[in-house]
Amino acid sequence: MEALAHLIAAAGEPLDEAAKAALKDPKSVGAGLTNLGAGLAYGFAAIGPALGIGNLVGKSVEAMARQPEAAGMVRTTMFLGIAFTEALALIGFVVFILLKFA
Amino acid sequence: MIALKFPEINSLLVWKDLFPGFNKISLIAILAVLISSALFFMAGRKSDVNEAPKGSRNIAEVIVDFIEDGVIMQTMGKEGLAWTPFLLTLFLFIYLCNVPAIIPFFQMPATARMAVPMFLALLVWVVFNATGIKHQGFIGYFKSVLFPPGVPKALYILVTPIELISTMLVRPFSLAVRLFANMLAGHILLVTFALLSQALFEANDKILIPVGILPFIMLVFLTSFEVLVAFLQAYIFAMLAAVYIGGAAHPEH
Repeated sequence: MEALAHLIAAAGEPLDEAAKAALKDPKSVGAGLTNLGAGLAYGFAAIGPALGIGNLVGKSVEAMARQPEAAGMVRTTMFLGIAFTEALALIGFVVFILLKFA
Repeated sequence: MIALKFPEINSLLVWKDLFPGFNKISLIAILAVLISSALFFMAGRKSDVNEAPKGSRNIAEVIVDFIEDGVIMQTMGKEGLAWTPFLLTLFLFIYLCNVPAIIPFFQMPATARMAVPMFLALLVWVVFNATGIKHQGFIGYFKSVLFPPGVPKALYILVTPIELISTMLVRPFSLAVRLFANMLAGHILLVTFALLSQALFEANDKILIPVGILPFIMLVFLTSFEVLVAFLQAYIFAMLAAVYIGGAAHPEH
């Protein structure tokens, strides 16, 4: 929540103490928007990597079925690809943690 | 209805000091170092060469074989075998830091605090940059990083800043965040389902008590899934470190 307050402060006029206190109140509109944003951040961040990993693993299985002797190499490359694709979803998860708890 | 109060994030991650400046995270990290070095000292004792390996030596040989065949040969090739000790230490330390996520009474992966993955990632960053500078020289290394061959000259305006950011900033950042976020997500997932089943088992409404078995089954399933995640994250960290070091030592021509 504080992170959002700092973002708002950076974008517009600086927040006074009352505005900061209002953001801390769990029933305020600002807190509600922060929670909404936190949920949406992770939800949207998961869409792309979900499609990517599905496509990647599907294609790898296809490749392994066509050429079982290359399975070891395909598997290594698959894990590398998953690691890179998954990082995007995980950054979304970190944004969620920062918005919700920091 | 059931009242489920999710604890503050700090109560999941911040531990009381066992004695000043030493908490559970440090305990897990030090245990990881002690266990892995004890294993390899025991495996390295002098013994009859003709005898078949057994006990600790057997375990150590399996791990070394895995690093050599599964990580180095797949990414760096034969000339990378000199990196076995470094990658082996990295893999074993991360694995032994991850595994307490599911061990009763520990229930916390040491890598779910940002400090541990961050310093591991910085270590890998220093090592692969130093390897590149040692193998290609200072100017040669930065030339191969910033001006990759086979790109039309006009495109360097675009390619050079992207390569600079992706090699020098995004690599260590994503390496650290990947390990951290995976272990933290697993930890929070286990806490959520444990709290849910506890709240249902202790519900005032008697009809809710049998329902609690469902999140409990999920909890058991997720615990076994975490075993896989702990191994996979250590493997991916070691493999990416190998890819980065291999790329710095032998650039594409």
